[in-house]
Amino acid sequence: MTHLLTAPRLAEPDVLYAALMDAHRDLPPDESRKLDAKLVLLLANHIGELAPVLQAIALAKPPPRA
Amino acid sequence: MHFTPPRFAAFAPPRGQDHAAVVIAGGGLVGLTAALDLARHGVRVVVLDDDDTVSTGSRAICFAKRTLEIYGRLGLGSRFLEKGVTWNQGRVFHGEREAYSFDLLPEEGHEYPAFVNLQQYYAEAWLVEACMATGRVELRWRNAVAGIENRADGARLSVTTPAGPYTLHADWLIAADGARSFIRRALGLAFEGQVFRDRFLIADVVMQAAFPTERWFWFDPPFHPGQSVLLHRQPDDVWRIDFQLGWDADPALEQQPERVRARVAQMLGSRGDDVPFELEWISIYTFRCRRMQRFRHGRTIFVGDAAHQVSPFGARGGNGGVQDADNLCWKLAAVLAGQAPDALLDSYDAERIPAADENILNSTRSTDFITPKSDAARAYRDAVLELAAAHAFARPVVNSGRLSRPYEGAGRPAPDAPLLRNGRPDWLLRHTGDGFTVVSNGVVPATGLPAITLGQDFEDHSGLAAARLGLGHGDAVLLRPDQHIAARIAAADAAGIAAAHRASLHAVA
Repeated sequence: MTHLLTAPRLAEPDVLYAALMDAHRDLPPDESRKLDAKLVLLLANHIGELAPVLQAIALAKPPPRA
Repeated sequence: MHFTPPRFAAFAPPRGQDHAAVVIAGGGLVGLTAALDLARHGVRVVVLDDDDTVSTGSRAICFAKRTLEIYGRLGLGSRFLEKGVTWNQGRVFHGEREAYSFDLLPEEGHEYPAFVNLQQYYAEAWLVEACMATGRVELRWRNAVAGIENRADGARLSVTTPAGPYTLHADWLIAADGARSFIRRALGLAFEGQVFRDRFLIADVVMQAAFPTERWFWFDPPFHPGQSVLLHRQPDDVWRIDFQLGWDADPALEQQPERVRARVAQMLGSRGDDVPFELEWISIYTFRCRRMQRFRHGRTIFVGDAAHQVSPFGARGGNGGVQDADNLCWKLAAVLAGQAPDALLDSYDAERIPAADENILNSTRSTDFITPKSDAARAYRDAVLELAAAHAFARPVVNSGRLSRPYEGAGRPAPDAPLLRNGRPDWLLRHTGDGFTVVSNGVVPATGLPAITLGQDFEDHSGLAAARLGLGHGDAVLLRPDQHIAARIAAADAAGIAAAHRASLHAVA
């Protein structure tokens, strides 16, 4: 089972961030939301394994309220 | 040709108290299937039904392969194939283009197809005829259960009829009285699960339409923007159209025939198909996914919608109920005949509760896709549909209903396979079921149980029977009366087969 990698792996993180900002620029909220959903689906399929995706979902969830 | 509903005479109440070994409350699809199955096992059955006819409206129209195999075992399979509309393909559209298609039976060598569409009233009418032909089923029309006392020795029922009430003691009661089960409520048994905030309109439309014999499902079609539509073909030029309406729709308004006609005309007109049509049946529904905590309550046993309820997307309601009857009836017959202990009936719960959970899980997932509950859910749903146009990976994510398959967690039903008998084409499943059957590849020692010997009385000319059952030479499988694989016996000997037979009759959950 592949574990989700959380150490830095991208040589140019600013380029990734800028690409995401560019993609969302001027989009209405529902289109933005759909764009993110497409990214998740495309990347999950690229990873091709459920385990790291489920770990990512768990990490991304807001912490339980105290 | 059109169906004329039969009208059955009301059953007049017997004098004094009445007694029956097995009573089935509810003469619908599942109750009648159970009655026929029990009668074929030699059990006398009383069926109580509050109505005097079969199903009003087409209702459960999609009969799945496993259900058809069960009706094959019960002697009705050829009627389904002859009258029903056979289909294996589904097609899903998003807007104006196709998003996904699927073939539910991509392999040859099965007597029955993935699905046959047939109005429920035909199935019920045939079941009534078949029940009467056994001479063991007493159908008591317009007899409604109005009270129940569940006792250690059976159920004491208060029954009302047009000619007055009577009391009926049932040694065993099968509650097949539907999603609003009186018996379940009268016994105060919980029926909990998820409610979906959406409304759907069913229209059965009589027309000569040019759609192919496939299941067609649209998300956001131009003729019904923002909602979904499902189309199925039935016999007699009847088409089932299921329009999603949304939670805010007004049920009284939406049921008005003129309004339904306008929706259908818009659908046909958008395809340039302005054929004349008539409305045969209109129904508005909402649905829930829920089940009872246990289906067996002593000598009262719940089947079908009375025990569990699903959304219609996936055809898992009627099919799940028929498969309950398939599982239960041979066990009850074996207990009544003294061949098995009462505890065998606990295996009905052990096998059918997980089956109901699987149906509820699939049905809930489909509903979450069809009826998004939040902006995020809608964004994901639309993302999948849009990606599916250009990218193969997204197509199997499209969920317009995961269609009924048999539960395989507690022994799977034996797969069918073509055979030759005296040189003539035949089918494996035709020669199994009702009783236990040994199927072996080559001769194995006789046990007294009915046996199918591949390579002797049956030629496995395609090799599919041995391959699908996983039988090497000298191996055997023991099939239960419901055609499920009870045991595999490698290098089968008589003692091994007999032990497997004993174990499946004494199965304790």
